[in-house]
Amino acid sequence: MKDSKVNVKDLSFYYGTNRALKDISMVIPEKQVTAFIGPSGCGKSTFLRTLNRMNDLIDNTRIEGEVMIDGVNIYDNNVDVVNLRKKVGMIFQKSNPFAKSIYDNIAYGPRINGMKNNNELDEIVEISLKQAAIWDEVKDRLKMSALSLSGGQQQRVCIARTLAVNPEIILMDEPASALDPISTSKIEELIHELKKVYTIIIVTHNMQQAARTSDYTAFFYLGELVEMDKTKTIFTNPGKKQTEDYISGRFG
Amino acid sequence: MKQEDYDTDKKEFKSGTGLSLSIVEKQFRFSDWFAEKLIKSVSFFSIAFVILIFLFVFRESLPLFKGKADPEKTEITGDELSHSGDLRPEAYIPGGEVQSGEELSPEVYSPYEEAPETEVLQPETYGDVIPETYSAEEQTGYFSASDAYYVTDEEVDDPVRTLFSKDWQPVSDNPRYGLLPLFVGTLKVTLLAILFAAPLAIMAALYTAMFAPRRMKEIIKPVIELLAGFPSVVIGFFALMVLASFFQQIFGYASRLNAFVGAIAMGLAAIPIIYTLTEDALTAVPKTYVEASLGLGASIRQTAFSVILPAATPGIFAAVILGLGRVFGETMIALMATGNAALISANPFDSVRTLSATIGAEMAEVVFGDTHYSVLFLIGSLLFIFTFALNAVAEFYFKNKVIRRIQGK
Repeated sequence: MKDSKVNVKDLSFYYGTNRALKDISMVIPEKQVTAFIGPSGCGKSTFLRTLNRMNDLIDNTRIEGEVMIDGVNIYDNNVDVVNLRKKVGMIFQKSNPFAKSIYDNIAYGPRINGMKNNNELDEIVEISLKQAAIWDEVKDRLKMSALSLSGGQQQRVCIARTLAVNPEIILMDEPASALDPISTSKIEELIHELKKVYTIIIVTHNMQQAARTSDYTAFFYLGELVEMDKTKTIFTNPGKKQTEDYISGRFG
Repeated sequence: MKQEDYDTDKKEFKSGTGLSLSIVEKQFRFSDWFAEKLIKSVSFFSIAFVILIFLFVFRESLPLFKGKADPEKTEITGDELSHSGDLRPEAYIPGGEVQSGEELSPEVYSPYEEAPETEVLQPETYGDVIPETYSAEEQTGYFSASDAYYVTDEEVDDPVRTLFSKDWQPVSDNPRYGLLPLFVGTLKVTLLAILFAAPLAIMAALYTAMFAPRRMKEIIKPVIELLAGFPSVVIGFFALMVLASFFQQIFGYASRLNAFVGAIAMGLAAIPIIYTLTEDALTAVPKTYVEASLGLGASIRQTAFSVILPAATPGIFAAVILGLGRVFGETMIALMATGNAALISANPFDSVRTLSATIGAEMAEVVFGDTHYSVLFLIGSLLFIFTFALNAVAEFYFKNKVIRRIQGK
């Protein structure tokens, strides 16, 4: 395994009294794609959201254990959650561009960080859109509302928006589940490109997608991490019976 | 459909089999039909009602444009009173010395009958004025002594033309119905009130929607909404007794009741409306926007101002327009707190008279069918038209422009 980026130790997460994650420990490698698979409600999305403290927004939740990113426990009192989220970007299941123009959507992140220079902004917008492989489709209509784009395009605009903040880790929560096969394949190609620069963690319901895109795969079941290994190993020779059953479609 | 109904060789259904049409035949459902018609007619009537009210109000102002008001409408007939001057409530004689008892005599209440003989009509005596007796012949020329101060028919301005003058003097020998000061007053108060109310209400809504802890929100929202049901007469009373003196101490203006005090009071009335609708608009912004913004490393303040507020602009806009409408049509507060002086000035601390307050103050004292009466109804229809125009412009022109600028094409 390559250098570790994220190191999770004995993480438990509670919604009220309901324990949604149970003592999860894992190491996520740098500049690789890690996929989380598992049946609905197994906690993989919750776990993903603990990595940039998105669960802080939900009332009445509690967390135990440690999440170390680059050796820093992000649940430490000294950690500024705003700065953390700049380092750990997130792509959501449903594409959620703001009700602004495409340009303003991408420029939003740099702007809130205090960038005012228009030339620099133009440059960042162009680079981000190119990285997200959507520049050619939208370069002539940057002033149009991002909501006028198709679902697949919107999702790539959201990815470009995240890239514009220049994060180190990108969390993707089922980024292609609402898209058609062509858009999905574009997103998957994109993920393949992005892993050269970014550490990517992706939650997916689609086993083929996990097999195609990821380098490592973790299988969650009922709030527990059942198994994590190289994707090849998980899909060809899983260590646990539960994993094998799920992958072969016997349950879930 | 059964297997044997299908002819596999010919690839079609065997004749006489397949779906029976009786299942899909059109059926009349009385309850559905009735409910639909009921809803339709109710909505139609409510719309028709609004239009009918407007037509009624406008019709009452029509005599203005048809020339003189029909004297029969005044229900006062008789030769003596066909002279329009007699219809004037009072004849004020500026600086005039009291010449005789005739001028001080009480008003004539029964012009229909011949005045009774002699002494019965003797006027009261005031101090050293010596009462005189006069005959029935003198009675007919009752006002003759003051004729010199009368403006004859020829000298009275055409009421329609005075509508554009700068004086609102509906009760005078030469009545002038200049609407300009009323418009200026209304505009001034409305603008000030919205400038005061809109930012406060929007900020309050933003606070409860984005920043306030849940428990706090559960208290603040109902309390402010409760304020919406506050009787405007109470707010007006508060402005009249408390606010006016309070602001006079701060700003030291001359007239205690003025546009500023009225605007603040009306703003208080408009805040709950703007607040409630804005809050709803802000909470209706999808949670995904908040997540996306926070996920990009924005603080809550940045999220609130750069994402939530722009996304909710259409709703906030509607809220402000509704607040504007409330202020525009507000009568009781205007009547109590603005001073009711029809002045044209840009100074916010001058007294003003608003359109609606004019109707409220004068409608009860006006002669039915009089020119003044018609003018008041004209003001009513103008209020109607302006509110409508304001909404229309906001809805179809301004709104699109603003939203397009904020949210992209």
